[in-house]
Amino acid sequence: MEKFTRLTAIACPLAVENIDTDQILPARFLKLKRDGAHAKALFHDLRFDASDNEQPQFPLNQSPWRQAKIIVSGANFGGGSSREAAVYALFDYGIRCLIAPSFGDIFSQNAAKNGLLTAVTGESDNEALIAALNRDTSQTVSVDLEAQTIVCGKLSIHFDIDAARRTRLLNGWDDIDLTRSFHAEIEAFKAAHVRQQPWVIPGHGQSD
Amino acid sequence: MNQPNTTPATLFDKLWASHEIVARDGESLLWVDRHYVHEGSFHGFNQLDRRGAKVAEPALTFGVADHYVPTHRSAGGPIANPEIARMVDTFNKNVANHGIRSFGLNDRRQGIVHVVGPELGLTLPGLLIVCGDSHTSTHGALGAYAFGIGASEVAHVLMTQTLWQKKPKRMRITVDGRLADGFGAKDIALSIIAAIGANGASGHAIEFTGAAIRAQSMEARLTLCNMAIEAGGRCGMVAPDATTFAYIEGREFAPKGEAFERAVRDWSQLATDPGAQFDHEVRIDASRLAPVVTWGISPEDALPIDGRVPDPAGETNADRANYIRGALDYMGLTAGEKLTDIAIDRVFIGSCTNARIEDLRAAAAVLAGRVSKVPGMVSPGSSSVKRQAEDEGLDRIFREAGLEWVDSGCSMCVGINGDIVPSGERCASTTNRNFRGRQGAGARTHIMSPAMVAAAAVAGHLADVRPLTVGRKV
Ligand code: SF4
Repeated sequence: MEKFTRLTAIACPLAVENIDTDQILPARFLKLKRDGAHAKALFHDLRFDASDNEQPQFPLNQSPWRQAKIIVSGANFGGGSSREAAVYALFDYGIRCLIAPSFGDIFSQNAAKNGLLTAVTGESDNEALIAALNRDTSQTVSVDLEAQTIVCGKLSIHFDIDAARRTRLLNGWDDIDLTRSFHAEIEAFKAAHVRQQPWVIPGHGQSD
Repeated sequence: MNQPNTTPATLFDKLWASHEIVARDGESLLWVDRHYVHEGSFHGFNQLDRRGAKVAEPALTFGVADHYVPTHRSAGGPIANPEIARMVDTFNKNVANHGIRSFGLNDRRQGIVHVVGPELGLTLPGLLIVCGDSHTSTHGALGAYAFGIGASEVAHVLMTQTLWQKKPKRMRITVDGRLADGFGAKDIALSIIAAIGANGASGHAIEFTGAAIRAQSMEARLTLCNMAIEAGGRCGMVAPDATTFAYIEGREFAPKGEAFERAVRDWSQLATDPGAQFDHEVRIDASRLAPVVTWGISPEDALPIDGRVPDPAGETNADRANYIRGALDYMGLTAGEKLTDIAIDRVFIGSCTNARIEDLRAAAAVLAGRVSKVPGMVSPGSSSVKRQAEDEGLDRIFREAGLEWVDSGCSMCVGINGDIVPSGERCASTTNRNFRGRQGAGARTHIMSPAMVAAAAVAGHLADVRPLTVGRKV
């Protein structure tokens, strides 16, 4: 997994709440394989009209936001469906950091597994950041995961992230190897679990 | 769960503790008792195959074909759309390659994964259950800790039968009072979401409790927990009780005989201790609720049917006003119009939210002897619900009302099997999401209970079901 430490890039504001994963990646693109055209599918029905022409009013279709690696959005970004392909679409487009007052729980978990930072800001900080980006569209935003800060011009704000997610992103860690290092604990747990509650096994107590 | 507790614990605390293997860096490694997979789990299998890894516990993993399955398949023959055929094929190959038991397209037990798990007795109280689908919260209705995961987590569970999780906060939603006849769990769920918001329970494990919940059937509890995710909750749950045990007994994979008795003794311990602390408490009075419909593009955009479409001009918060404007524009609605004046183009009765037998009975009770003014489709939650409904003659009521009676699957809930609401059309639907484009690009969705969908069908516009149930058994 790609590491995340610091990033300075163009940030695109999407100042609406409840951008669910059906908006980020419409369901008909769920069939795409991982090496498929996920970048094109990102925000597809917001970015393009029915004849596949760009919708000029959508921020990501405007310069310089087209080049954004950061998106700043309203609350509850990525709520809804658990589709990890929503993260693939953002990542493949080039987005590496999302900033919002809150995220869908499954979405931010998926993001962390793919090297995409979800930075949680306070409501008023978020509004100030969006206002700053709208005032001067060409300025960059710097995100520092170690210091947990976001800097945009004179504005400097703090963001929250779960400790374990932060460690994972900073190191580019993959969980599987970590989990396998607990092999003995897992085996011991399983044996005790089934002994104490034998009914956890499907069909327990059936004669055949 | 058998140790005496010194500090009072919530149901969720007990479920968490009984699955925690180790803790580090603010997260715990949890043991998974059941892992459900479906066609959409292919990214997880691909990650596994890329590593050349094996499924750690195939006997605890179960597959169901639901998301992509055609709903007009009773006639037999191959799947017409090659892309959809490929999805179902890939699923069959994945489960076969890894020795996973599955209920495929033509299995009598096929259905939507969140209907099938409880129906087969695979979902039990006290279990930790995951699936690569957000509505896994449904299974919490039996007193399980059940939650949706993404593809990387699916791969992790396949490889290790465990998962790293940060412990969610605990929220208790107490629903007091008595729900009047003709109301469904959907009305409670939507009212809760309207009250606390689509992210009101974000980061929380929800326990539903109170007199109105205890009085609910298992199927109603499944609907309620299904919608927990629409309030942003990590999971929803109801403490198991006599209703739960009676529901489980005799199901195919449920413990049998003495093993069942033993299990019930353990399950009876799965209740929140008196005095246990929650991080958030919400109270709702069921006797004050009205039948609810959504007007907008989030499940939180729900209002009693006698209300009016919100007016952004009346909003002081500029973001909120913007949101309403965008929603009205997408939905093709006029600020201030009466909800009951909204004409619909079609109806859909289906999905893991509201397509169990009680849901179909509720809709049929309204439709019996009446005709739908609009076309529509009824897709039972599982193949066995379909058989039962046919035994009860419900299929005839739907057909005679002019609705299509089709096979079981996710169908028009998400539209990826080809059943979609055409762009610009308005659908009264028993599903759980009214997101933009959820039922097809440009589709406009109003979600409500099965009885309310039936009422909308009869009226041709959103309608209060209550006058239509007078003198009928509902
Ligand atoms: S019926 Fe709808 S909500 Fe339920 S699992 Fe299928 S797609 Fe998801």
